[in-house]
Amino acid sequence: MLSPVELAIAVPFLAAMVLAGAGRWLPRVVVDAVAMGATLAVTGLLGAVLWEAVRYGTVVVWVGGWRPHGGVSTGIPLVADPFATALALVVAVLTVAALLFSWRYFTEVQAVFHTLMLLFLGAMCAFALTGDLFDAFVFFELMSAVAYVLTGYRADEARSVHGGLNFGVVNSLAAYLSLTGIALLYGRTGELGFAAVGEQIRAAGGPDTGVRVAFALVCTGFLVKAAAVPFHFWLADAHAVAPTPVCVLFSGIMVELGVYAVARTYWTVLGGAEETTARALAVFGGTTMLLGGVMCLLQRHIKRLLAYSTVSHVGLLVTCVALARADALAGGAFYLIGHAGVKGALFVGAGALLNRFETVDEHELRGRGRDMRVTSCLFLLGGLALAGLPPGGMWLGKVLAEHAAPHGWWWLTVLGVLASGLTGGAVLRVWLRVFRGAGRRPAGQAGEREAGETAAPTPRVPWLMLAPGLLLLAGGLLVAVLLSGPEVLRGARTFTTGYAGTVLHGRPSLAHAGRLPELWTASALVKGLAGVTAALAVAALAVWGRRVPPAARARPVWSALHTLHSGHVGDYVAWLLAGIVLFTLLVIV
Amino acid sequence: MAWAAYLVAGWILLAGIYGIVTSRNLVHVVVCLSVAQSATYLLLLSVGFRQGATAPVFSDIRPGRRVVDPVVQAMTLTDVVVGATVTALLLALAVQVAKRRGTVDPDALRTLER
Repeated sequence: MLSPVELAIAVPFLAAMVLAGAGRWLPRVVVDAVAMGATLAVTGLLGAVLWEAVRYGTVVVWVGGWRPHGGVSTGIPLVADPFATALALVVAVLTVAALLFSWRYFTEVQAVFHTLMLLFLGAMCAFALTGDLFDAFVFFELMSAVAYVLTGYRADEARSVHGGLNFGVVNSLAAYLSLTGIALLYGRTGELGFAAVGEQIRAAGGPDTGVRVAFALVCTGFLVKAAAVPFHFWLADAHAVAPTPVCVLFSGIMVELGVYAVARTYWTVLGGAEETTARALAVFGGTTMLLGGVMCLLQRHIKRLLAYSTVSHVGLLVTCVALARADALAGGAFYLIGHAGVKGALFVGAGALLNRFETVDEHELRGRGRDMRVTSCLFLLGGLALAGLPPGGMWLGKVLAEHAAPHGWWWLTVLGVLASGLTGGAVLRVWLRVFRGAGRRPAGQAGEREAGETAAPTPRVPWLMLAPGLLLLAGGLLVAVLLSGPEVLRGARTFTTGYAGTVLHGRPSLAHAGRLPELWTASALVKGLAGVTAALAVAALAVWGRRVPPAARARPVWSALHTLHSGHVGDYVAWLLAGIVLFTLLVIV
Repeated sequence: MAWAAYLVAGWILLAGIYGIVTSRNLVHVVVCLSVAQSATYLLLLSVGFRQGATAPVFSDIRPGRRVVDPVVQAMTLTDVVVGATVTALLLALAVQVAKRRGTVDPDALRTLER
């Protein structure tokens, strides 16, 4: 009998195979029901595993019963600690939302879409739960390959296949670099499990330069998935063209899984808290926060705008890992869940616009969304939540991260307010223009028309499409209230300590719960409101500020940034190589 | 001479990346990606290499005989499968790009940024 952890990975793959084989003869409603049923089953299983992991400690399953003896293993473990399981659960919940959104949508679709979504679900769950480096690579490639297909799903659109191809080349190359690092680690330690590799390195007296180079290579692969600058180029190309329900999964969790994998490798292989690695991650995270925010504000294609805002927010998550403290990781967890909900809701809103008007160009849509009350609500609240409106998960996450930052990290507060202001402000600007018709008609060429995703344009957006958006938004805003802070902190402690002991020696994993800093203090609320105020100011300036002198003078900079994001796959790979060299140097020197 | 294999692996990887960066044809890009990937095959196999050892097939060798590491061979096989899937997929996307845009030159593809 398979354990619930194994079942959570097996069920989506089995259901995908059934749909791939029999899907073409089944009526659409049966296909929808099978996919939804499998996803709900996975959600339930993961919920049960999470309960067990939180209550009784990390669940370790050795596939095929190949258990370790005396700390020596030949088998492959699945490690369901609270954090990994919670991430897999986020994947499952977002997949439910995405399937709900596409229940009636994609009318021309065959069962292949559902097959792909289930494969994507299974691969991401397995990637989160695996305790083995090589398995992590295999599932990384599996989820990437499915993601390329989903990006280029509408193969009759030139933009879709172009975006999918850029995504594919960059991410696959990144995966091969990860594999190079994994091979080097195997050559050094003779092990592939996260825990076993870490134990061997500790036994040999800690990481040396060779191990650090291998670690840097493994991590750059994951950082490409996490879209850290300068590895972020593929993300906007892919998000702008992928179908809406796919974007919900891409932005909400797939990208964040890259950060999770970096954190997992960092703690298990290097033991965490390495000064040089912290510096490297902080440099990459900080740059990502800033550049993502700036690029976000420069966009008029709404899905592209949301994609760059994801880049910026992932920058904060990378910085949380750089802080290398359990309370910062707890903050990162709140931030991730809050972001998954809010960004999912915003993509649902963008999908509603696309299906009604067949464009998501902000200038084309000016004033046309006045009668879309629910969608308008999604954008307004979503923009405020991105900017850090209390009690949203993103507010709490940022406050915790800043609280955990040591003295020299003042820049984190500055960048935090800037990133909130730019990303939240951009979404609020969209809300003002599209749903309130504010400001003058912007000059410039007309936007491009895109085919909607439904059979015919939907003048009234069906409830089934908007409901997942509303639920996700509510979840993202209330996460700080719904989740128990001490339990999250305990999950973070379990993540950072005793991994090898639990996996290889069966030691109990439960860390002490500990206390989070007092949340509802004046300074925490002020921090949240500072971000919101910055966002409101940015939005107002963008809409009504006729010509803000500094912005006008910096025009060459903006156009240079646009030129940099050229859509040329060769350029992207050149940046990838430069980023790897820089990251490796920062890690080893 | 064991280090020579590592050098060759690094060389192949860089050659593949150079090919992608300077490529004028998307099919060429995908093939260069495969070239870069073949560096990982070589690296994996050389990690598991033992001097004077034989293939890890235990049916017809006497016990105690040195064999090369079978784990890396399994990994390489998996890697080959992954690579074949990704190459096929990306070539299909390149065909679609050629159909929709009428070109496979990355320089001629219009930017997605606006």
